[in-house]
Amino acid sequence: MVVPVSYFLALSVALFVLGVIGVLIRRNALVIFMSIEMMLNSVNLAFIGFADYFKAVDGQMFVFFVLTVAAAEVAVGLALIVAIFRNRGTVYVDNLNILKW
Amino acid sequence: MQTLFFILGGIALVSGALVVFQKHPLRSALWLIVNFFAVAGIYLLAHAEFIAAIQVIVYAGAIMVLFLFVIMLLNIRQPEESPPIPYIGQKLVGIVLAGFTGLILIYGVTRAALTTGKAMAPGLGNTESIARSLFTSYLLPFEVTSVLLLVAIVGAVVLAKSKLK
Repeated sequence: MVVPVSYFLALSVALFVLGVIGVLIRRNALVIFMSIEMMLNSVNLAFIGFADYFKAVDGQMFVFFVLTVAAAEVAVGLALIVAIFRNRGTVYVDNLNILKW
Repeated sequence: MQTLFFILGGIALVSGALVVFQKHPLRSALWLIVNFFAVAGIYLLAHAEFIAAIQVIVYAGAIMVLFLFVIMLLNIRQPEESPPIPYIGQKLVGIVLAGFTGLILIYGVTRAALTTGKAMAPGLGNTESIARSLFTSYLLPFEVTSVLLLVAIVGAVVLAKSKLK
């Protein structure tokens, strides 16, 4: 009894859409960042489903690299959020209009 | 196997929805850890044991510790307040746009022609086959990854410094 690849894809799409909703409706930069992590994770899920389906290890390799990039991105992104909080005193993206002319 | 997939998928979906709709960022972070664990369980179902372990260690361990650390560092007590200028229908428009994204994804996925691929090399465990692939055909990306991590470390240190001389 193997799990069909369509189930993986359906769960992946659902998690990705949840992440998109989080990015669009939340105002806290930290929660937006967490939603981005969830979207990356859902793409990983699709990769793993396909790797299982094609019986190839290349999908898992891509997940490995996505994980590494996500770790680097979190380190830099959280440093950016801390720097923004130091400068502006808030992490709500509504108040970050310094680039607005 | 399939019932396990449905249980873990349900946990992942519910915890993912709670990440998005919780008011406090700390609770969002804790639910995101539950989400990552559920997805790691699904990786186990798909015979990706190494990736499941990496998922738990790197995502649920390191990355979420960083998130919780920053949340506590910034000390955001108050829940998300309403903005000074109310955006009319921001949530509605966001959900509608996300729904369109989902429709596009479903359309692309259902149009994909799936064929069966070649079989994995027999007699090798998951970690062994990943290592073999990592140090042969994916050697250059693997080395570039180390440079990327170095850049991220330097960038994080530079950004987190209070004053640049």
